Amino acid sequence: MTAVLAAASGLFTQSFVTALIAGGVLASIPLMFTAVGEAISERSGVLNIGLEGMMLVGAYTGFLGAYEAHSMWVGFLTGALGGGVAAALMVVLSVRMGLDQIVIGIAITLAGEGITSVLQQAQFGGAYPRLPAYPQVAIPGLDSIPILGKSLFDQPLVVYFGLGLVAAVAWMFSRTRWGLELRAAGEKPEALDAAGVSVLNTRSYATLATGALAGVGGAYLSVIAAGTFTPFMTQGQGYMAIVIAMLARGRPVWVAVASFVFGISLSLSTALQLTGINISADVINMLPFAAIMLALVIFARSAYLPPALAVPYVRGAR
Amino acid sequence: MAIAAEDRAAAPAPPAPPPARTATGRGQMVVLTFVRSLVPVVLALLAGAVLLLVLGRSPVRFYSDVWRYGVELNNWQNSAVLMAPLLLMAAALVVVFRANIWNLGYDAQYLLGAVFVVGYGPWMFAHFPRPVAYAVLFVIAGLAGAIWTIVPALLRAYFGTNEIITTLMMSFIGIDVANILVKGPFQDPTVTIPQTKTIPYNDMLPNIPGTHIHVGFLVALGIVLVLHYLLTRTSFGLRLQVFGENPKAARHVGINVRRLIISSFLWSGFLIGVSAAVDILGLWSYVRSNWNPSYGNTVIPFVFLARLNLLAVIPFVAFYAVLSTGGDLATQAVSLPTDFLLVIVALILLFMTIIEFLGRRRELGQSYLTKGLREALRQPLVRRRRSP
Repeated sequence: MTAVLAAASGLFTQSFVTALIAGGVLASIPLMFTAVGEAISERSGVLNIGLEGMMLVGAYTGFLGAYEAHSMWVGFLTGALGGGVAAALMVVLSVRMGLDQIVIGIAITLAGEGITSVLQQAQFGGAYPRLPAYPQVAIPGLDSIPILGKSLFDQPLVVYFGLGLVAAVAWMFSRTRWGLELRAAGEKPEALDAAGVSVLNTRSYATLATGALAGVGGAYLSVIAAGTFTPFMTQGQGYMAIVIAMLARGRPVWVAVASFVFGISLSLSTALQLTGINISADVINMLPFAAIMLALVIFARSAYLPPALAVPYVRGAR
Repeated sequence: MAIAAEDRAAAPAPPAPPPARTATGRGQMVVLTFVRSLVPVVLALLAGAVLLLVLGRSPVRFYSDVWRYGVELNNWQNSAVLMAPLLLMAAALVVVFRANIWNLGYDAQYLLGAVFVVGYGPWMFAHFPRPVAYAVLFVIAGLAGAIWTIVPALLRAYFGTNEIITTLMMSFIGIDVANILVKGPFQDPTVTIPQTKTIPYNDMLPNIPGTHIHVGFLVALGIVLVLHYLLTRTSFGLRLQVFGENPKAARHVGINVRRLIISSFLWSGFLIGVSAAVDILGLWSYVRSNWNPSYGNTVIPFVFLARLNLLAVIPFVAFYAVLSTGGDLATQAVSLPTDFLLVIVALILLFMTIIEFLGRRRELGQSYLTKGLREALRQPLVRRRRSP
């Protein structure tokens, strides 16, 4: 134990902290996009278990767009489109036809995993072409703050867009008519219906937005983070995003905070390698999920999970 | 915890299967049920063929290869070997799904069972006669699987925490734990690749005479049949079903709901662990790091198609075993990844729900899902005709 503590005190060198936070921000961005998307659909009353598949589809189409058009932005656009198309399936089957959200979600995840792997192989025949690295944008002034400056304010441009998106969605939820309708669709659909707004339409738009955002999250993984597409590259991040949205109870700012925490734990392995401490990758991989389980066990009593989840399920909920 | 819709909660239990509308309707319903179970599979295979065409591969060649490598000559025996773990996995899923509980942590439960079998196997076989060793290893694997369900089970039973999320999280953790065990305490020091010690060939489960199908296949089949009896003919099965269809009613008739949730989770995990034991002792004999056959994902659609009926599960699992065994080689022959099979499985799921939708609309036959699952998952505000 003392050895661990000694190691820990020596561990927080400046380069380590910088690497950790910078890596944490990078790793949290795809989670943040996806989890904000999930927050939107969860609030409207749709539990989207197919997020993993939508992310993968977005990662693939995003990579393809960026690769063919030599532009990161086209990549994000096609990524959003790909995720949106996957979500359209969910809209038609789950929202419009009222089929089982979980079965459809599992199907979308399986289909996303399978089809992207098949298409990748069919197209590139076992090769994994790489994209060029995209420039980072430093915010003048802020980037010279010691330790934090370099890690927080010298990032790819999308990172800032992600933060802007969080703010925009938070504003939409609390300040716009659209946000109100969205929340009503999840909390009391009968009331929304009585007010003359179509619950199904509201939920459809919300689900499409979720798919597009998950697609952007996936595209970030392939275009920015990895620079290439490999099958199954999301590695459970879609599921993590679902949990993050739940833990944050669908509040965007908390989604950003939670994403950052999980981003840190994702980036821990690379940061630890800088310090020369060699912890098995399996232990590190486990950390975010273990953290989530711990959070679920500790906060199990406070009733934040069941209401958020029961809403999409129960017919005529009150 | 899922709350049943108000109108259903008012109706007293015990849930009988939906009665046939008329006496003459019954035979017709059996046919329709049969058709509705097969149509999604056929449609998925057709859609898969279209996809192959789009990719410039010959569907005829692909499907004939599947048949050739999955059935012809002695290849059907390979399919039968694959059926052993799949059947037990399906049984494990049926146990929880009947109670309207989603245990999606099967990957970790399987891998932990597998790792403990290879971890303790060589030592057990060196010190005990084979029958004893088999029995102990089966139990160890089962316990490993069962223990991994405890946290989600307790959270669901006492706090109503959504078990989809908790089992998935435990699955990710468990897969890593299994890897740590493979690279750590159970690693074979004589090999450079991270993998466990190998169970000696002579200590593997014996084959059924005249074939190369190991007896684990019969064990799995036996367990499935016994379980079918337990689920359909005993009070445990009835309690599961009552709880699955209407948790409120279950509480009203005095069923200990918490105990029921926990025991169905434990049984499910135990069976998944046993499926790993059968698979390892019958086929694999060792575990490599990052190995994950992920049987659960592919079994799920067939469990639903069989309407959670274990007898009906058997032919569906046989079908998938052939598709998977043949498909492994057939996808290579058309130079596609085996993940193509995942697409077909996903298509089966999608077509299944669509056919289900059409069927429900016309009120043909019974649903794929238990009533509880169906009610719990239905969207609010979808108008539904009351059944008479």
